[in-house]
Amino acid sequence: MAPVMAQDVTVNDLPWLLEYSPERCQMCGKCLAVCTFQAIEAATERRLASPGGGNAPAYRLAPVIRQSGKLAEACVGCGMCAKVCPNRAIRPVRNPDSRSELLVRSGGLPAKRGGRNNLLKGRTLDEIVVGRISQMTDPALDSERHTFDIRAPFGRVLGAGALPLAAEGGLLQVTGKTPPVRWIYPVIFGDMSVGALSPRAWEAICLATAYLNEVHHLPVRMCTGEGGLPPGLLRSEHLQYMILQIASGHFGWNRIIAAMPEMQTDPAGILIKIGQGAKPGDGGLLPAVKVAEHIRAIRGVPKADLLSPPNHQGLYSIEESVQKMHLSMGAAFGFRVPVAIKCAASSTSVSVYNNLLRDPYQICGGFFLDGIQGGTGAANTVSLEHTGHPLVSKVRECYLAAVNQGRQGQVPLWAGGGIGMTGQAAADAFKLICLGANGVFIAKLLIQLCGCVGNENGRCNACHTGRCPVGICTQDPRLIRRLDVDKAAQNIVDYMLAFDSELRKLMAPVGNSSLPVGRSDALVSVDKAVADALAIAYAC
Amino acid sequence: MCRIGAIKSKAPVHPSQALRLMMPQQEGHDNSGFAMVMQDLGGLFAPYPDLPLLSLACTQKGTQLVEDYMEARNFHRVFEWVPKPKRRTGQDIKAMPHYIFRCYDYPEQYAKAAWEEKQELLLDARLELRSLLEQQQAGYVYSFWPNVLTLKEIGKPHDIADYFRLWEDNGELQAKNIVVQCRQNTNYEVVRYAAHPFFLQGYTLCANGENTFFTRNRDFQRSLHRGYIGFESDSQNFLYTLHYVLHVLKWPVQYYKHVITPLPAAEMEGRKDGDALRLIRQSLAHLEINGPNTVIAMLPDGSLLSCCDGKKLRPVVIGGDAATKVITSEVCGLNAVLPRRKTEEDVYPHEREVVIITPDLEVQRWLQ
Repeated sequence: MAPVMAQDVTVNDLPWLLEYSPERCQMCGKCLAVCTFQAIEAATERRLASPGGGNAPAYRLAPVIRQSGKLAEACVGCGMCAKVCPNRAIRPVRNPDSRSELLVRSGGLPAKRGGRNNLLKGRTLDEIVVGRISQMTDPALDSERHTFDIRAPFGRVLGAGALPLAAEGGLLQVTGKTPPVRWIYPVIFGDMSVGALSPRAWEAICLATAYLNEVHHLPVRMCTGEGGLPPGLLRSEHLQYMILQIASGHFGWNRIIAAMPEMQTDPAGILIKIGQGAKPGDGGLLPAVKVAEHIRAIRGVPKADLLSPPNHQGLYSIEESVQKMHLSMGAAFGFRVPVAIKCAASSTSVSVYNNLLRDPYQICGGFFLDGIQGGTGAANTVSLEHTGHPLVSKVRECYLAAVNQGRQGQVPLWAGGGIGMTGQAAADAFKLICLGANGVFIAKLLIQLCGCVGNENGRCNACHTGRCPVGICTQDPRLIRRLDVDKAAQNIVDYMLAFDSELRKLMAPVGNSSLPVGRSDALVSVDKAVADALAIAYAC
Repeated sequence: MCRIGAIKSKAPVHPSQALRLMMPQQEGHDNSGFAMVMQDLGGLFAPYPDLPLLSLACTQKGTQLVEDYMEARNFHRVFEWVPKPKRRTGQDIKAMPHYIFRCYDYPEQYAKAAWEEKQELLLDARLELRSLLEQQQAGYVYSFWPNVLTLKEIGKPHDIADYFRLWEDNGELQAKNIVVQCRQNTNYEVVRYAAHPFFLQGYTLCANGENTFFTRNRDFQRSLHRGYIGFESDSQNFLYTLHYVLHVLKWPVQYYKHVITPLPAAEMEGRKDGDALRLIRQSLAHLEINGPNTVIAMLPDGSLLSCCDGKKLRPVVIGGDAATKVITSEVCGLNAVLPRRKTEEDVYPHEREVVIITPDLEVQRWLQ
């Protein structure tokens, strides 16, 4: 008998166990074929055939399906095996006694994964309800019959006193230049790069964006993430729906700049990414395994881990950031395109926002606050789990800082990071808008609509491996084919149409036909501490 | 639902006309107060159109505080009207001990001051008086402005009028313009300051409805102007926005409607002032109103203005004859004061309309 060593890793140490019913299994091998993590193996096991009558018992060889015990092949709980099994003979179950957190650092390197924070439990937004309903003193609106004006600003808004207006013949006319402002749908499809996502997944979101705009007239915008965009899109009319992101690695921007003379239209905006809610203080990370040929072409890079620095190099102050980055990005497009900034929510968010509000160039066209519950394609686990700031109170504080200066709405506030975690993004968006956000940005929800099975209970979260079982966060051509791009786009479109209806269902009972930005009186919290922190009413 | 009204007449009219306008509209109404702002005064105040008139209700202590303050600021008393209350048992009125309606001459250092400067002086004086009276819980100051008189009280409108002898047209109290309302705040605490019409630097306004954007309006207005205070009623939002658009920004009057109920973006396109409308909506998004509302306002030149929320969820009617025009919530009130007018000329404005009655009684209807 082989000796058992205490350090040996076995199936029981892994985070997921495969529950397998041999009596239901027909040995078709589909589960093996579908598992991208090699977590399932086909083997033969020696079994007792019969106790036997003589001295030697009889054995037989039994073909079996079983879980790999190797850490590198650990089941991630994606459930693809269960999805393909014709007899429901196999499914992953959580292992409460997993030792995997102790084992994954065995190479001496920080643990990495994708997904979003798994440790933080509870959601502030679920402690808040829309408590101010129109009842008799004013009539509620009819969400099906009345018209609603659901638009949000993206761009720097001037105070009324600074507007270059003069009355001519009783009509006000604009007599000078003002910063560009786009009025768009209060949801932006957020920053997932063409490298983090597979071409099909990225295309599905593009398709959904265009379809929502052109067929349903919902002016939804999509942010590219850091990594550029395909040359054809850069030179097409559809660029008008895209917000181009520039982050500390500047990936993709040499191609964007080269395409500028051939652009048919201006992009919807520019988003300067300073930080990301899921991994604040860490730069972007695209593992080499996902740097496929088309990624190398778009970004102009070799096949290697692509690490964006944690900070924009050469900037040492916020004033510099405004002068160098905002002005140069604004100038690049003739000051016709709004330039906004995205930061990870932080204890310092209000200071940043105040600086942007008071910036003498009046150039920052939006402050995107990304909370700790945002997702990522790859991050150091320690960053993902232990750094960041909850979103809701920070949005509120920023809004109230603007209120104190009478500057609310001048630098539009966009909130993201965990929007739609429960699947109910419209409610999350409505509550954040009442607290002072102008709109929200969503990302993880979109890939979940495409088929991503990852969640914040440790399921899958393998976006960094390049082995995404649903063809979304991978560049492996065989895996990409698992994603039906049209169906994925359709799911997003359907969700957004439902979102739009649900938003009306929340606006109508509070008697509002336009977005109730800052209407905190519409909300109550059933948690006193939350109510106090957000300066809304407590109810019990 | 509040009922509101305004009378504009070529010749000064007595407040009893305003009461007659409002009384038929009291059906199903709690009749909890009476408040009016009179502008372009006749009667006893006719000789003093240029002198600021202080309208105030206070305690004995309040009278002394006011005397001391005005003296310290070098305002000189020129004329005073003291109402002689008619007290009867069973009257439903929560009267204050003293009512001051007093015309002052400006401090000497303001003798040659421009009107703009005097406007700021009068506002500061009213705000300081309000603060002083509030600190001492000694009274309420409603307006301090030339040719403008404000009376507000809690109780039954009929009894309040009785108490102040407003039914008796003895020629003492008259005005060419009266804005009136017969109710105290029913949504929240009954506070004298919460009763509309509200007044600020020549602008008077009352509103029937519920402004569901009260909080965001208030949060924005607080930092716009020192005179935007109180917020005891959501109707104050409408006055402060009117003042901001016309007095501070000095935009043409029709842009008030564009600020409180902006057009959808698609409708702005193609307008001659479409670019301006877009900028206005962007910059003043927090002054947009929502919910059911009808506004009646009086401007410094005596024009009356009316408009509604973007869905016209509250009623209003405008009618009159060659000598008198009336804006009010319900036509029964109009019928009571002007029964022989041409009813076919009555105007029921829709949600996109702004109606203005000019000083020479021309009724202008503007489509937003």
